[in-house]
Amino acid sequence: MAARGVVVIGAGQGGLDTVAALRAKGYGGPVTLVGEEPVAPYQRPPLSKGFLTGATRHDELTLRTESFFSAQDITLVCGDRAERVEPDVQRVRLASGGTLRYDKLVLATGSRPRTLPVPGMDLSGVLTLRTLADAEALRGLLSGPPRQVVVLGAGFVGLETAATVRGLGHDVTVVEAQRRVLARALTPQLSEWLAGRHRSQGVRLLLGAEVTALHGTPAGEVAGVQLLDGRRLPADLVIVGVGALPETRLATEAGLLVGDGVIVDQWLRTDDRSVYAIGDCARFPSARQGRHIRLESVQNASDQARCVAAAICGESVPYTAVPWFWSEQYALRLQMAGLTAGHDETVTVGDPDGARFSVLCFRAGRLTGAESVGRPADHAIARRLLSSGTGPSPAEARAPGFDLKSFVTRPSSPAPAHA
Amino acid sequence: MAKITYLHPNGTATVVDVQAPNTVMRGAKLNNIDGIEAQCGGSAQCGTCHVYVDEQSTVPLPSMDSVEDDVLYGTACPRRENSRLSCQLPVTEELDGLVVHLPEAQS
Ligand SMILES: Cc1cc2nc3c(=O)[nH]c(=O)nc-3n(C[C@H](O)[C@H](O)[C@H](O)COP(=O)(O)OP(=O)(O)OC[C@H]3O[C@@H](n4cnc5c(N)ncnc54)[C@H](O)[C@@H]3O)c2cc1C
Ligand code: FES
Repeated sequence: MAARGVVVIGAGQGGLDTVAALRAKGYGGPVTLVGEEPVAPYQRPPLSKGFLTGATRHDELTLRTESFFSAQDITLVCGDRAERVEPDVQRVRLASGGTLRYDKLVLATGSRPRTLPVPGMDLSGVLTLRTLADAEALRGLLSGPPRQVVVLGAGFVGLETAATVRGLGHDVTVVEAQRRVLARALTPQLSEWLAGRHRSQGVRLLLGAEVTALHGTPAGEVAGVQLLDGRRLPADLVIVGVGALPETRLATEAGLLVGDGVIVDQWLRTDDRSVYAIGDCARFPSARQGRHIRLESVQNASDQARCVAAAICGESVPYTAVPWFWSEQYALRLQMAGLTAGHDETVTVGDPDGARFSVLCFRAGRLTGAESVGRPADHAIARRLLSSGTGPSPAEARAPGFDLKSFVTRPSSPAPAHA
Repeated sequence: MAKITYLHPNGTATVVDVQAPNTVMRGAKLNNIDGIEAQCGGSAQCGTCHVYVDEQSTVPLPSMDSVEDDVLYGTACPRRENSRLSCQLPVTEELDGLVVHLPEAQS
């Protein structure tokens, strides 16, 4: 095969894991990773958590050192944007004017924050949180005296940011259009419980509330949030966390199949056999859900990266990894395994009042997902059970004294030393 | 600083010096050692930084807290008595000479 090699667009979690996995699998052709951000690939999760408080330093976010790219013979192009993909000639045009030829192309372009179609979104003091640059700007604004902060959206990024900002001593109001927090991601039980925790920390939660405008000062700084019901919330900082949109422009313009994400098959290939898409930007068929889904998580980007690298190395296997996700709010450890959408029965195990419990979700009597608070073993075991397709029945889970730990045996012997 | 040996499943060894305040997990990442995924970046959430501490090792390790013990229920390769999460092993002078075996798979 001609040695044009692999080009990966998007130097985030998925892009980085793809190039690393290609080399780990012994791929010998040229590998190029192109990223629009001016910095080397880093982890996003701490941006709404420890990075805002200063507990996590910039160098701890970095996924790999510079020496990794030279040692692995990977060309890392930072601060340049892929402007156009030309599938007919297997070429990528960069904003800098350069071009890259490929045998295989991987789109790992992630997602970008959604905004609201209301007046005032361009006022100063209105921020979104996606990149390191966003987080640095926000951290700067939070370092001074207490502010009146309004967070728009009670998704994971919105709630984590609300918790962190509250922990820094600022006044925080969260405005959410849905009737409950994390309505799309969590069961009503966990939504309600989590809302209670935010309220007890002094966060005002306005649910079922619609924003119609942001008001500003004559100097162009944000001053308030207007709600449909007539209320007006004073604000000198507004953080917009109303979800993310898949970054699909390149794919659309290249004529690939797109529909809320780049559409891929179970091998993560687009309708062009030389082009793959992974991570936040890809919509893939989920055997468990029986439909195409798009996920925004480190696990999804990372596991899909390894799946694509294997495919490029000629070891195609369908993508079937069990989805999981974690979130940290205040001192709470939230962990989600599997997908809870479409469940028809739940069983809560543990102690919600003591912030140690799991909501097990079932569909037609089978375990399909688990949401855990302060119960890492439940989460860890649920992931294993979901991957092997086993698990308790709802009746078993409801039995007094039930513990998921009874589904695993703890070993007694150390691992044999490797030969 | 501590000298740490990472033994790969194929028998090869990588020996590196790791500085505080890094962990054994971060030491592998910084030195381009494959076999540790660390999807959660060290927050004891994912279980993909699993290592087996060498049985002959006499290096004193910090004791395991209940979160680490719980997360180890979900490792891709079987948990053993000598299983640890490498992100929960902060590097100190005391860790000098530590030998860990990398499992066949992390996820
Ligand atoms: C604040 C925050 C907190 C989060 N917390 C968690 C968490 O706790 N747990 C969890 O599992 N997940 C979390 N996530 C989600 C997780 O970070 C993402 O799902 C993951 O990063 C997706 O990886 P990706 O490779 O698809 O996209 P990204 O990591 O976003 O990388 C995409 C990259 O592509 C670049 N790019 C896009 N278009 C182009 C182009 N045309 N040319 C060149 N480069 C381009 C972008 O600049 C970006 O750097 C969080 C996300 C955010 C924003
Ligand atoms: S890195 Fe995730 S548990 Fe250690």
